[in-house]
Amino acid sequence: MRRFGMSKGKKYALMLGAIPFVMLVFALPLVNRIHPVIFGLPFILFWILAWVMLTPFILLVAYRLEKKYRPNEGEEE
Amino acid sequence: MNAALIIILAVIILSAVVGIIAGRKLKMNLENWTVGGRRFGVVIIWLLMAGEIYTTFTFLGASGWAYSKGAPAFYILIYGALAYTLSFFILPELWKIGKKYGLHTQPDYFIKRYDSRLLGVLVALIGVFSIIPYLQLQLAGLGLIVEVASNGTIRSAYAIGIAFILTCAFVFTSGIRGAAWVAIIKDVLMIAAVFIVGFGVPSIYFGGVGKMFDILIEKMPQHLTFPGATTHMDSLWVMSTILLTALGFYMWPHVFGSAFSAKSAEVIKRNAIIMPFYQIPILLIFMVGFTALLVLPGLENGDMAFLSLVNKTYPSWFLGFVGAAGAVTAMVPAAILVLFASTLISKNVYQSGINPHASEDTVMRLSRFMVLVIMTFSLLFAIFLPNELVNLLILGYDGVCQFFPGVVLGLFWKRVTKQGVLAGILVGTGFVVFLILSRNDPFMGMNAGFAGLLINMIVTIAGSLLTKPVIQRA
Repeated sequence: MRRFGMSKGKKYALMLGAIPFVMLVFALPLVNRIHPVIFGLPFILFWILAWVMLTPFILLVAYRLEKKYRPNEGEEE
Repeated sequence: MNAALIIILAVIILSAVVGIIAGRKLKMNLENWTVGGRRFGVVIIWLLMAGEIYTTFTFLGASGWAYSKGAPAFYILIYGALAYTLSFFILPELWKIGKKYGLHTQPDYFIKRYDSRLLGVLVALIGVFSIIPYLQLQLAGLGLIVEVASNGTIRSAYAIGIAFILTCAFVFTSGIRGAAWVAIIKDVLMIAAVFIVGFGVPSIYFGGVGKMFDILIEKMPQHLTFPGATTHMDSLWVMSTILLTALGFYMWPHVFGSAFSAKSAEVIKRNAIIMPFYQIPILLIFMVGFTALLVLPGLENGDMAFLSLVNKTYPSWFLGFVGAAGAVTAMVPAAILVLFASTLISKNVYQSGINPHASEDTVMRLSRFMVLVIMTFSLLFAIFLPNELVNLLILGYDGVCQFFPGVVLGLFWKRVTKQGVLAGILVGTGFVVFLILSRNDPFMGMNAGFAGLLINMIVTIAGSLLTKPVIQRA
């Protein structure tokens, strides 16, 4: 198996990757409410949809950071 | 013959033909059959993964839960996004190992990583037992969809039978490539149907999504927050179920295996980034379920909400179109599921466990034979023991999520041992089975499968620290 060297980019990427878990799992009891209704959606549904749609952008930033700190990643195969 | 019937039959036959053509020029060996020769680029991986993710469950189960249970259904919108986030970190590493050692299946990985055929056989067996309810779910859903869409002119059992023959045919000839090609037809039809109906019904009955929610909030506000219309699905249940399904997602033998079919680790990583956008149709499906709750209250079976509302709202040819989309949406995942279940049995139970000297030809022939056996079993279950759709699926997740510690610790922690993983899987699975049989699911407010996974994780780590790891030859 490959050694799991924690490069700086990987560390940032993992920190970013934790955001959706915090917002979409651990924060749920705090947002379990209907009001305020936003864009016609009950607040909880709006919250979930917003973070689901933000996830690809979070991952994109993580991807860029990984690349930036380890530019040779692609040549490993 | 009505219009709906003609559309349904035409689409499923066309799909099977496309699936068969897909593999016409390929010499079928295990490498081509299970991982498509490891040549799939971004587009075909996208199609294949969407093919696996949007199943009949998406159509019927998600709208059914929004209808009958309310807010707890939101877990379905969430867990995919988290699973893709995990896959961003895990799958590229997994792909590299798969490429390096020529792995085809999930048990192959366990055998290689832990140098233990016993572990491989155990993982294969749990995998097959988890896949069968999932496969049954596809067939049962297909039967339901076609029966309703054809206005009862095709009985459910016949529909399942026809789909069974067609699906077996293209799995037989083309393997995973057949499934990927049919997935093109499936994705286009499914997404079109969901967008038309999802935006359509709230507008037709209430003049828009926002207005529909206004009425729902006024009439039954409790439906829209946890625990919704249920008593036991409160926040803790939702959170544990999300974690269980997000961690279990890529532990399904077929989803795990599809990762090997990518051309490079880079393809998988890029795919993980765009995947969360696939969740949008699920939101639209919820809208259909909620609209049905207001327009058609009191349905006996919530899983019928989507179809009943389409039936009430649209002309019969459109119902046929939805039925056709639904039928192909069952056939593609069914094909992938049966393909991997049969390979698990032939390669990892038979070759790894019983007869290590079996030739690749024998394994390939046995795989094809097992396609028939497994499909027949699921067919009989689907016809004689139909069940509520989501429950079946969660049961499968309880099984496959037990692989998570072995897979992930295996990738990132040198110290993990086969004894630890073996003990973790046995204790975790045993605990889940005990909780379900003794009717303790949910357990202390948590999903029983998640409780099993926690125990599994603790046992795996403790067991690994108490034993010596095998020396890595990598």
